[in-house]
Amino acid sequence: MHGLVNRAIQSFVCNTYGEDRWHDVTEAAGLGFSDFEAMLTYDDDLTDAVLDALSTELRRERSEILEDLGTYLVSHPAVEALRRLLRFGGETYVDFLYSLDELPGRARLAVSDLILPAMELREIRQGQFSLTCAPGLPGFGWVMMGILRAMADDYGALVMLEHAGAHDGAEVIAITLVESAFSEGRSFELGVRAG
Amino acid sequence: MIDNTDLVRMLDMLCPMYLLLNEEGVITRVGPTLQKIRPDRELKGERFLDLFELARPRCVGSFADLLNAKGGKLNLSFRDARKTAMKGLIVGIGGGAVVKLSFGISVVEAVRDYHLTSADFSSTDPAIELLYLAEANSVAMEASRQLNLRLQAAKISAEEQAFTDTLTGLKNRRAMEHVMARRASGGMPYALMHIDLDFFKQVNDTLGHAAGDYVLQQVARVLVEETRREDTVARAGGDEFVIIFDHLTDRPRLQRIARRLIDRVEQPMRFHGQSCRISTSIGIAISTEQPASDPLKLLGQADVALYAAKRGGRAGLRFYSPGMENHDPVASVEVDRARFG
Repeated sequence: MHGLVNRAIQSFVCNTYGEDRWHDVTEAAGLGFSDFEAMLTYDDDLTDAVLDALSTELRRERSEILEDLGTYLVSHPAVEALRRLLRFGGETYVDFLYSLDELPGRARLAVSDLILPAMELREIRQGQFSLTCAPGLPGFGWVMMGILRAMADDYGALVMLEHAGAHDGAEVIAITLVESAFSEGRSFELGVRAG
Repeated sequence: MIDNTDLVRMLDMLCPMYLLLNEEGVITRVGPTLQKIRPDRELKGERFLDLFELARPRCVGSFADLLNAKGGKLNLSFRDARKTAMKGLIVGIGGGAVVKLSFGISVVEAVRDYHLTSADFSSTDPAIELLYLAEANSVAMEASRQLNLRLQAAKISAEEQAFTDTLTGLKNRRAMEHVMARRASGGMPYALMHIDLDFFKQVNDTLGHAAGDYVLQQVARVLVEETRREDTVARAGGDEFVIIFDHLTDRPRLQRIARRLIDRVEQPMRFHGQSCRISTSIGIAISTEQPASDPLKLLGQADVALYAAKRGGRAGLRFYSPGMENHDPVASVEVDRARFG
């Protein structure tokens, strides 16, 4: 698993539950170290072990944790850079949804060995979408649930999301756009870099 | 003239940084993004050549010259304070012209300086993707930079903790001091040989550091080959080496070893077809002869013997004896000088 993914989990746990909690988790997972490097690649089993340990430690379902992780990635000031990169997806929430098709390509342009599952957005009818996340990263759909929810707040859109389960490893999310200009959302200036 | 509303509507959508010029080269219509970056100045009605300075084509005296620009390609910037370099494309049409402008590679600065949004670019313009890429790239570079800094710090601390001299593979000074500290409490008899290369500096100066490094590696090999496995061979720094011989205090034997070391080090070495000739001087101190000396003091005494050997000429070897510190060449008991050169 790419270090960026592991580092995201570490950042999420440290900033949400504290560094002590993170150390407990890495110990329970038998990692042998406590800091992931964002620009190195790690064995997939390590990520799995961390998520298992985290689930046991917090006594919560892995899916819930992953969804919180997605929300964290967009809304926490520590990872503002990622939120900005996602906002490059478009002017409106619907533009953003359509940009998800090219998200793995965008990610690869920035970090050539970061492979994200392919995503496909379909508009079923006005304001009704489905997002299919291709197999490859189990639980990625739950992370996307959190990202989609937090990005809706960011754009000021009101949405309803439902994880429709996995079929042959592909996860499907049902998105209902209730109102695209529900609140003001957060500002985004193209020319102002984070950090 | 061109002021067809359909054309204008199309240009506003397709390339919001355009200008329409009439037959005199006066601006008759300004794309919305272009007007946005000069909010306090009415661009319409100005002469194109008064507004912009051209870098390509450079010699433009008239509007007609402009229309003849090869391939219609323009490199230009505003004449006013905030220059902003741009690329342009001019197409003559109906006696006037359409000019399409673009920020080119300076789009990152332009977006920042003029507070542009994605609505200021045509949706097919890759400007937003370029901005995304520039920003994503700097985020990724920063992550890599952080990793490099941490790796560098880890490398330095590992080197500080290391016991090996990376160039020669011998023990380093730190390891040597570690071994000597253990001798302090031991009571085990031992001898210290302090070895300093002669003419090494000349090799380094005339043949370069690569040759110098090669020589140090060859010397290290000789030292290891001519000593026993249990002896500690260390590079104490620069062209200085120290050998710690455990349970070996016999002068004739030590002398034979030292002699062999000198002979072998003096054999010419070849580096990239160049002959490197060096020699070495050796000072020896024996723990049983100086029962009052701790290892550090004994090393100092080996050093005194070494410099006595050097004073006696290159390729010399001396055993330490009390009083040698007084620079009295006669005080040395053993004198074994080899001819060099």
